Amino acid sequence: METRVLKYAEINSSKAIRNGEVVVDNPSQLIAKEYFKEIYMALDLKYPKFYKMDGLCQLALLATEMLIGDGDYKGDEIAIILGNKNASLSSDKQHYAAIASKENYFPSPAVFVYTLPNIMLGEICIKHKITGENSCFMMENIDADFLHTYVSHLFEADNYKYCITGFVDFTEENYIAKLFLAGSVDSSDSEATYKFDKTFNKIIP
Amino acid sequence: MEQLKENLKVAIIEALNLEDVSKEEIDNEAPLFGAGLGLDSIDALELIVLLEKEYGVKVENPEDGKDIFQSINTIAAFIEKNQK
Repeated sequence: METRVLKYAEINSSKAIRNGEVVVDNPSQLIAKEYFKEIYMALDLKYPKFYKMDGLCQLALLATEMLIGDGDYKGDEIAIILGNKNASLSSDKQHYAAIASKENYFPSPAVFVYTLPNIMLGEICIKHKITGENSCFMMENIDADFLHTYVSHLFEADNYKYCITGFVDFTEENYIAKLFLAGSVDSSDSEATYKFDKTFNKIIP
Repeated sequence: MEQLKENLKVAIIEALNLEDVSKEEIDNEAPLFGAGLGLDSIDALELIVLLEKEYGVKVENPEDGKDIFQSINTIAAFIEKNQK
């Protein structure tokens, strides 16, 4: 058995791509909220809670959906190890705006619950009933070396079949999700998969 | 009272991001939590904020929320009774 990258997905401000194929284009440069809704509809999702999420969680959820949405995975066989740069800055700012004035002090519980970046892990886990280890690490850009080391140890130490790994980062102006599904496969069955090494992020050009 | 209920529906849809729900779909008597609109505990807190922010009405005891937030009718009755 060896660990390979089975699938990958990317959402940037121009395109949503699954295994190299464009799922949704954003030629008119819709703002994140509208663009994410387009992707949600293109994926034919029926998950009203999506609309309550902040941008970071919507982005992470959509990229995960592109990765494992059409598969038959057992939640206890999947771990999630992600990287992120701006934490929950967008929700943090929104929350701050609601509490900045003493005269107009109305913090929103629905915004406050998203003022942590690892909430995106929780939202993914709830949607896909994933119960494996999950962690979010802060990093400037996708640190494939670190993620590769961590995920490899995870496969060695625990009985996971799959791990969703990569980088999800969101601000209103700039956002990116690059997710990879790493999994243990039989060495003879690795044709349609990709090498999982310290440069696995290069799978996405 | 009827106008208050209509305004309340619009405010709830907006505050709770009920993107797939129109005000026509919300029955005045239908339960808002559980089987109805499927609202959760965070939505309940958001409703408490909404009443205070938009209608100047405070839910002093969160335990009362269960009765107050049963339906559009019960929320409207609470607002009408407590609005100064």
